[in-house]
Amino acid sequence: MSGALRRLGILAGALTLLTACGTSNAANTSAASAKSAADVGGMDALVAAAKKEGTLNVIALPPDWANYGVTITAFQNKYGIHVNSAAPNDSSQQEVDAIGTLAGTTRAPDVVDVGMAVALKNVDRFAPYQVSTWSDIPASSKEPTGLWVQDYSGAMAIGYDSSKVPAITSIQDLLGSAFQSKVALPGNALGSNQAVNAIMEASLNNGGSLDDISKGVDFFKQLKAKGNWVNVIGTTATVKEGTTPVLFEWDYNSQTHVKDVSTWKLFLPANPVVAAYAQAINKGAPHPAAARLWEEYLYSNAGQNEFLRGGAHPVRMAAMTASGSVDAAAAAALPPVKGTPVFMSDDQAAAANAYLKDNWSKAMG
Amino acid sequence: MTRARRLRLRVFRTIVLVLGGAFFLVPIGAMFEFSTRGNHVGAPRTLDAWTTIVTYPDLLGAIRDSLGLAAITSVAMVVLLLPTMIWVRLRLPRLKRTIEFLCLLPLTIPAIVLVVGLSPVYRWMAINLVDTIFLLSFAYVILVLPFAYRALDAGLSAIDVKTLSEAARSLGAGWGTVMFRVIAPNMSSALLNACLLSVALVLGEFTFANLLSYLNLQVEIFQLGLANAGTSIAVSVASLMFAFILLVILAFFGRVRARVAPERAGLPFPGAAGGGLR
Amino acid sequence: MIATGNPDVKTARRPREGGRRFPLHWIGAFPFLLYVGLFLLLPTVIVIVGAFAGKDGPTLSNITELNQEFVLNAFVASLLVSTASAVVGAVAGALLAYAVATGNPRGVLRRVVTSACGVLAQFGGVTLAFAFIATIGSVGFVTLWLQDRGLNIYAHGVWLTELPGLVLVYTYFQIPLMVLVFLPALDGIRPQWREATESLGGGTWHYWRYVAGPLLAPAFLGATLLLFANAFSAYATAAALISQGNPIVPIAISNFLTSETGRANPGLAQALALGMVVIVAIVMTTYALLQRRTSRWLR
Repeated sequence: MSGALRRLGILAGALTLLTACGTSNAANTSAASAKSAADVGGMDALVAAAKKEGTLNVIALPPDWANYGVTITAFQNKYGIHVNSAAPNDSSQQEVDAIGTLAGTTRAPDVVDVGMAVALKNVDRFAPYQVSTWSDIPASSKEPTGLWVQDYSGAMAIGYDSSKVPAITSIQDLLGSAFQSKVALPGNALGSNQAVNAIMEASLNNGGSLDDISKGVDFFKQLKAKGNWVNVIGTTATVKEGTTPVLFEWDYNSQTHVKDVSTWKLFLPANPVVAAYAQAINKGAPHPAAARLWEEYLYSNAGQNEFLRGGAHPVRMAAMTASGSVDAAAAAALPPVKGTPVFMSDDQAAAANAYLKDNWSKAMG
Repeated sequence: MTRARRLRLRVFRTIVLVLGGAFFLVPIGAMFEFSTRGNHVGAPRTLDAWTTIVTYPDLLGAIRDSLGLAAITSVAMVVLLLPTMIWVRLRLPRLKRTIEFLCLLPLTIPAIVLVVGLSPVYRWMAINLVDTIFLLSFAYVILVLPFAYRALDAGLSAIDVKTLSEAARSLGAGWGTVMFRVIAPNMSSALLNACLLSVALVLGEFTFANLLSYLNLQVEIFQLGLANAGTSIAVSVASLMFAFILLVILAFFGRVRARVAPERAGLPFPGAAGGGLR
Repeated sequence: MIATGNPDVKTARRPREGGRRFPLHWIGAFPFLLYVGLFLLLPTVIVIVGAFAGKDGPTLSNITELNQEFVLNAFVASLLVSTASAVVGAVAGALLAYAVATGNPRGVLRRVVTSACGVLAQFGGVTLAFAFIATIGSVGFVTLWLQDRGLNIYAHGVWLTELPGLVLVYTYFQIPLMVLVFLPALDGIRPQWREATESLGGGTWHYWRYVAGPLLAPAFLGATLLLFANAFSAYATAAALISQGNPIVPIAISNFLTSETGRANPGLAQALALGMVVIVAIVMTTYALLQRRTSRWLR
């Protein structure tokens, strides 16, 4: 009895919502299924439709992650669309979960920026869309119909406060006595993409391979045995406070600490681990036009240069350098990548996670 | 009291209060110290972190939302809890233990567990009612129950609810008048205490808002912390100070808690009616 | 002494209501019970049901998955930390509450302390963890100050980010909670008890051991159990302080509920939550029994 009543209530509510939205947003229903700007009638029509929606919901975009704070402000100022940035510390999995738990509400995320593993597993939640600069993006960095598109990538670096520790020239330096109680990871190895990639980089530099993360676990176990390991998650605050003067992080995250600690430097080992993040549009986005406009902005020269200024490697870097639209100063400031960057495939990542699940707690206590 | 005992008591109180004060103030002092640091060893102290607080527009919106939530939660808590407690005292004494138990549960069930169960309820509400941050009040009233119940129970135990209500009813008052015009004014300090505890809880609440994707004060502080460590710590200290000053000021406005002689309440000593723990 | 609201008295005074008393009076409690049922009990039930839900229907596999070493370790660690912080918080909080209760009830000190406790009882999470790191972490200013005087508190390893540190940080909100919860009981101490003890020749020791102690014991124990339950379910502070692994159950739950690396296992997370609810139920039942027993001999 109460179940039927509830269903009736939901139906009534949904009908009310639909009739309220349906008449005023004829353009939006076409935006929701638009696969490119042309489908909506061109960029100007897209901008108009997005402005009409007036709001954009993003999730898990910390302000100092690849300069997202500046990008969001620039987007707000350029189009007058208010951006709601929720749950800044959510993981990629939590972003995709939010699509489910908030489905149907006006707060559901319109777009998500997720790690590759999560993106590949959740394509059924995304809507395909090809941005205007589609052809500039390498084929290996995008799903053919645009269900997900990589937007930036970064290399795993070791950031350190040069006034507290000597300059680092190789990962093995971290085992030295000058690094007592100084080395930290940026997340929990059992749940953080960054942490897993950090351990993989340690593995690669200690005789391991992309298929074998065990040498990385051994390395951190050694760090702990020598007393060099700090059991605190490295954040902007702990870096500034001094508890984590040596921190494994994506290079674009590490760069942001310079404003807090003027002596902060980065060390990138040869053949570093890189990983890319991908943008995807929620199939049931409450603001479909704004979502698509956001993607257009991110992949425009302005958006890509913001990523560059944040220290990340934008996906259109090659094309922009060729056409001269890249921010040359920012490009020069990128930490040089020696050798060939490598990245874990989906299967290698799964294997690494399985190994960590069984062995990390045992090794690190 | 003998002089020796008075002296001993004084020494004891001084030691406890000094140690307690140090224990609680030192970490807050550390936070304040951190928020004034420059960006390298030997850099001069700066109040930059504090002055940039006003430049974050989202922060002011979050402060406004959190204060609104605090007000709504306090009112909802009083409306829900006070009549129920009075009614149980007068007519359903057997239910008292159950109510007390239910009011203690929120302290004991972890937030992450509750949120997993609350998400569908919130989703339904957001779709079928109105989708605003103030929906969080529903959950906050639950979180506040343990503290509010205790405060209100202490207030109700100190006055003779039965006599007051019978007298008012015999003069023709309806239950609304009895509850809000007769009993409530007699326990105004307990009511105030309960409201203040609610305000403190709502201003400090993070987990629920974050897991349900709302942007309240603590979530904004956290987000700030990811961009600017100094400012986020400055805002934390500021919000603690604000809540504290608010509570102190309002505590001075409340009527002094009258020490009712227990004989008037018909009990051997306060607490017998409700067991030891009120 | 007659307790107020004795049903026998009511029946004698309202004979005309007879047996129909039941529905009318219980309606008064309905709004509250409905609200709590919807927003507290329903979510708990959803989680409990979820613990038994598998991909193809009800299953016990989540429960049997609980029988792993790290799960048992997490529960033991949770119980240890909760007990330790509850006991320390209860004792220290009781002392602080006594120091406040023996002062001027209208005084500034009392208002200031109770306001501070009201605020600090809610203080937790990332900010609290950071405050302690900044104070007593490896480069915290208290640590450095002690080091300058030759005392290295981390000579045997940094304990702040292990379980002992967690106990210390938890007491920061346990003590205020204890003060809030125990102060009303202390306010019930009557000077006549002291006078009676002294007139019978007893001293301070006799007073506390035979009079005030036993009378306050149920309140004290009840408050301690409450502190235990509070620490047991606390999550945000531990998550911010202890970075790696599944040290305590709430962190394990969150690790399994959502993970960036595809390790999410909601079934196991809900089974862990069920375990927590069971333990808390045991604690709260003990508390209720304690209340009933002691209030019986207090009458």
